[in-house]
Amino acid sequence: MSWHVAVDREVCIGSGICAGTAPEAFRLDDDRSHPVAAEIEPDETVLDAADSCPVLAITVHSATGEELGPRP
Amino acid sequence: MTSTDAEPVAYPFNEATALTLSDHYEDIRAAEGLPRVRMPYGETARLVTRYADARLVLGDRRFSRAEATRHDAPRQSEAQTITGILSMDPPDHTRLRTLVAKAFTVRRVEKLRPDVRELAEGLIQDMIAAGPPADLVEDYALPIPVGVICRLLGVPEADRPRFRKWSDDALSTSSLTAEEFEASREELRAYMADLIAEHRARPADDLMTALIEARDAQDRLSELELIDLCVGILVAGHETTASQIPNFLHVLLDHPDQFARLREDPGLIPGAVEELLRFVPLGVGAGQPRYALEDVEVGGTLVRAGEPVLVAVGAANRDALRFDDAGRLDIARADNSHLGFGHGVHHCLGAQLARVELQEALRALVLHMPGVHVAGDIVWKTEMLVRGPRSMPVGW
Repeated sequence: MSWHVAVDREVCIGSGICAGTAPEAFRLDDDRSHPVAAEIEPDETVLDAADSCPVLAITVHSATGEELGPRP
Repeated sequence: MTSTDAEPVAYPFNEATALTLSDHYEDIRAAEGLPRVRMPYGETARLVTRYADARLVLGDRRFSRAEATRHDAPRQSEAQTITGILSMDPPDHTRLRTLVAKAFTVRRVEKLRPDVRELAEGLIQDMIAAGPPADLVEDYALPIPVGVICRLLGVPEADRPRFRKWSDDALSTSSLTAEEFEASREELRAYMADLIAEHRARPADDLMTALIEARDAQDRLSELELIDLCVGILVAGHETTASQIPNFLHVLLDHPDQFARLREDPGLIPGAVEELLRFVPLGVGAGQPRYALEDVEVGGTLVRAGEPVLVAVGAANRDALRFDDAGRLDIARADNSHLGFGHGVHHCLGAQLARVELQEALRALVLHMPGVHVAGDIVWKTEMLVRGPRSMPVGW
């Protein structure tokens, strides 16, 4: 079951926390972050990155559309 | 080759008693490669001054903070002062950071904004009631972030005089010996351990209680990590903001056209705060060296594995390759991706909270004390990692 990862580039402030926390999942260009791939295998560090984003720009959903991250 | 192979230059460059950026940075930024610098203590380091290079070093996992604890790291004081979460790499760093990150997201700190506004406006009213002059630091800049972080973390605000000294010591570059520094740190840890014991006995709705729960119920951090995390949040949670409030006012008074614009249109305050974060080089110099874990090319220099790199964010924030008219203060500047809060995994945990505090502090001044001006001699902190007035007499 793959996960869907998205970064809201209107909200992203380019802190670089996600790309440092999960470099295989996030990359920065033009000072803003984007997911390396929208569909990923389940990966705890991607949830860590979503939790650590100061502006909550990262969302992670399960294949069934359930919101997994950021965690409450 | 270039000057980068020359004798290391003495560092830091900035004067402690002003907010200016040393001219040395401009020469270095314009030259090829990364020069070697020597700080008062520790081994020589490479110095990064360009924006793109700064983002690379701060954001790339090939540069390590944890490695600094295994070297004679370049530093301003004898003691190795930076410990805890700032000296960790992922995944250890991630484990601690995720425990506290939730408390500092934009959603959470926006809920604190009405309280911060009320606090700032109340302090202005108190100053006006007492009559001029007031000390902007003691009467305004310190009570705002101290009040906010104490409530958030669960530390009694009345203890401010006690932790003020420990906090000063923690960020000191002075003649404190390593033993004195260690003694002061242990006092602060003992104080925090007592508070943690009190919270264990009487849980409250605060961050300290949440962290105790993460330790006791979920074993996600050690007791020492718990203590150091609380100490770090308390110190980092007020010192920098308390310095930047008078720093921002000082810079605005130095740029009367920009200050007038802000008074005419307080809607510009959020952008003005970002521009001031870019424009004010808070530190005397770069700290927290990053160690290369492998050979990495940075700005025309091959940084060798095991070499430390210092990132001067104040200089990177004035890089003309990234910012138009970089040396000019423009409170309406667009696309202002400054590095005032750092970059990468160590990007300031409290950045969103600091933004709210700085915006509200500036707003209350602009709206309720528009004639504020310096009314005496400013005493600057000397011997501290962060620059700013120790006292700033103001009238209005």
